[in-house]
Amino acid sequence: MDKIPILRMGNFLLVTIQVDLYDRLALNLEADLVQMVNKTGAKGVLIDISAVSIVDSFMGRIIGNIASMSKILDAETVVVGMQPAVAITLIELGLPLKGVHTALDMEKGMDMLKSMIGFTGGDVEDQTDDDSIIE
Amino acid sequence: MILSLSKDAVQVLKEQDVVFLKNRVKEVAVKIKMGLVNQTRLLTAASELVRNMMRYANGGVCIIEVVSSGRNNGVRLTFSDQGPGIPDIDAAMRDGFSTGKSLGLGLPGTKRLVNEFNIKSKVGEGTVVTILKWANG
Repeated sequence: MDKIPILRMGNFLLVTIQVDLYDRLALNLEADLVQMVNKTGAKGVLIDISAVSIVDSFMGRIIGNIASMSKILDAETVVVGMQPAVAITLIELGLPLKGVHTALDMEKGMDMLKSMIGFTGGDVEDQTDDDSIIE
Repeated sequence: MILSLSKDAVQVLKEQDVVFLKNRVKEVAVKIKMGLVNQTRLLTAASELVRNMMRYANGGVCIIEVVSSGRNNGVRLTFSDQGPGIPDIDAAMRDGFSTGKSLGLGLPGTKRLVNEFNIKSKVGEGTVVTILKWANG
């Protein structure tokens, strides 16, 4: 069974989707991600979909769900790297992904998350965690 | 006049078949030099229809055809199932209507993504949806 890895980086969770999503995989990601937000107390979730060539109504809904679920667990979600063709298709399909923050690339998405959660270096206490991915 | 140049049937019964079907459709679209945006529209439409087929009818068959009309080439997909059928097609084609727990965008959204869209359904017998996407258009 495929699984999409979720990396922790300080206060954020990073998800890079490198395969084309199918329903079961998207549902598992939703469950895993919400679990992880709860377990780690992450303040932000960054989802990179630059390698995803198709987002249909079901997957669009999952992305929206992840954002809303994270929100009520006190974490912001930013989706980055959407391909232009995917954006065109989503709008024509009638799925404007309202309530989901987006940014063009990883870097801009990271800046956006930092400004949204009022980045004040509040992750200092997390540095003692040995499961922290960086630093 | 629309001529059918090649025809290929794919059975869709399991989730793995869905991935296989999408790959086949993509192959065909690339072969007739369909642009990336149209490819994405076609694949998204196929993804919606194959999901409907899996969810409501436990699978079915998809026929993939390369068609041509004059100098224009296109891909025609016919999804047939032997599911419960759709009692009210007009309602099913409206944005936001769903008998399942979905957003109700599948059918009307699919129609917006393709050039030709045709749906026939008989309660108790099944549903046939045909879509056509031209390489340029």
